[in-house]
Amino acid sequence: MNHLLTAGLSLKPEHFALALSSKADGLWLEVHPENYMVTGGPRLAWLEAIRARHPVSLHGVSLSLAGDAEPDSAHLQRLVALARRIQPALISEHLAWSAWDGQYFPDLLPFPRTSAALHRVAANIARSQDALGTTIAIENPSHYLRIDGHEWDEIDFLSELARRTGCSLLLDINNVHVSARNLGYCAEDWIDRFPEARVSEIHLAGHTIDPQWGDALLIDSHDAPVAAEVWELYGRFTDRAGARPTLIERDGNVPDFDVLMAERAQAVAVFMRSPEALTS
Amino acid sequence: MTTALGQFEQAFAQALVAPQTPPSADLQALVAQPAFAVYRNTVMKACIDALEANFPAVVRLVGTEWFRAAAALYVTTEGPRDARLWHYGDGFARFLRDFPPAAELVYLPGVSRLDTLWRESHTASDAHAVDAAWLAGHSPAQMTDLVVRPHPAARWVWFDDQPIYTVWDSNRRHTATPDPLRWEGEGALLTRPHDTVTWQQLNLAGCALLDACAQGVPLAEAADRALTVEPQADLASTFAALLQAGALTAISPIPPLSAQAAS
Repeated sequence: MNHLLTAGLSLKPEHFALALSSKADGLWLEVHPENYMVTGGPRLAWLEAIRARHPVSLHGVSLSLAGDAEPDSAHLQRLVALARRIQPALISEHLAWSAWDGQYFPDLLPFPRTSAALHRVAANIARSQDALGTTIAIENPSHYLRIDGHEWDEIDFLSELARRTGCSLLLDINNVHVSARNLGYCAEDWIDRFPEARVSEIHLAGHTIDPQWGDALLIDSHDAPVAAEVWELYGRFTDRAGARPTLIERDGNVPDFDVLMAERAQAVAVFMRSPEALTS
Repeated sequence: MTTALGQFEQAFAQALVAPQTPPSADLQALVAQPAFAVYRNTVMKACIDALEANFPAVVRLVGTEWFRAAAALYVTTEGPRDARLWHYGDGFARFLRDFPPAAELVYLPGVSRLDTLWRESHTASDAHAVDAAWLAGHSPAQMTDLVVRPHPAARWVWFDDQPIYTVWDSNRRHTATPDPLRWEGEGALLTRPHDTVTWQQLNLAGCALLDACAQGVPLAEAADRALTVEPQADLASTFAALLQAGALTAISPIPPLSAQAAS
């Protein structure tokens, strides 16, 4: 399949039939591989049917690349098996940890960005890429806490991981907005400094304000439309760096497929402003 | 040797799951930030959401509010150990059995067990199920030694003394539970013909027959075992129901007659 990936959508089971039959140009669909790590049955059959029509992206949430341990080998093998079966257009994970001492924490947890941590995360990415036989994209997560002990700036840390491992970067622009607001830095400056040549995918999503702390604490909840500020940042990055495959990421309060497709059309319009999109 | 990163993650993990334990000195400044609650809430909500999705019949029986309160307590005793969250809750039936507020709801552990079997059936491997026509291709002599195995997506269970199947079935289908309930033992069979999980009642003999098949016992001996546990059972119709449901798959040392004729 030789598709130009424009804007994609998170694939939700309730939208399966509509996603399958959609003929939208450049549409691609992203799933969490964890939900399809089954040995058979309808879930895998659905994903294979989708894959026969559209490019699929595997966006992992549990490799725990920033965990101070090697990736769980059984889990990595399941990811490898799924990737062989689905032949995804993109594979991505997060700069975060989610497992410790046999326990799994369904979240993307922070850590002090030290040189020792950089060494560990780079080794974990390299191990995962070796097993998969391909490079993966690493996403900047949302931040909520002020952590003492960072030796590295986040962008420098991601750039160095890309340099050491050959991984690409997944720029989540909602996470930039949420983190900038929560930690008190300028999202525009951050976006302007991001190493555009390494970016293979962009995420756009909605967020909510904390019920107790209001605007001072934004939550990366993926349960609302993409916010105006995030669209602004997206345009800013795309105008500077050119178009990248862009996902409308939605996990909660999932609206009708048409509503998500309308949001996707907004991303396609921005995408098409870039000269590369017009010539490819 | 534990690294600084490992120590941080150990302390962070501890602070996430045991908020009542004072955090380590290194972590106090983090845990004191209001935003630490975002991580606690996200992890807890994801675990409870997973349990709610995994145990729909239990949710319908006890109501969402009661369920989520009980699930929150379960999460603190047994967090997930696998990122495949549709696996989460293996110990939930046991937890409910020992949970004092659920003491009156004696059928809850059994109902949660059937919700678990549904998920197992839904995600199990694919295989070709054998049917009555396949069986008819064998001579009576061959059938004695024939070995059939439960289909990978077949699940069965017998509940002594409790109408668990009836209670689960009505809550899974969102229908009214029969009133009065016949308070007697029931068995359940879940299978996945045509990629959709379906279920039906199964007698004790049928459960014993599938147990024997799972051990690789030839059909004749499996039938003996089934009749031992339920002598009055109509084994022919039970076996026909298993075939019709797609509960069996073939691993036979003897190919059927039609295959022999072709070779």
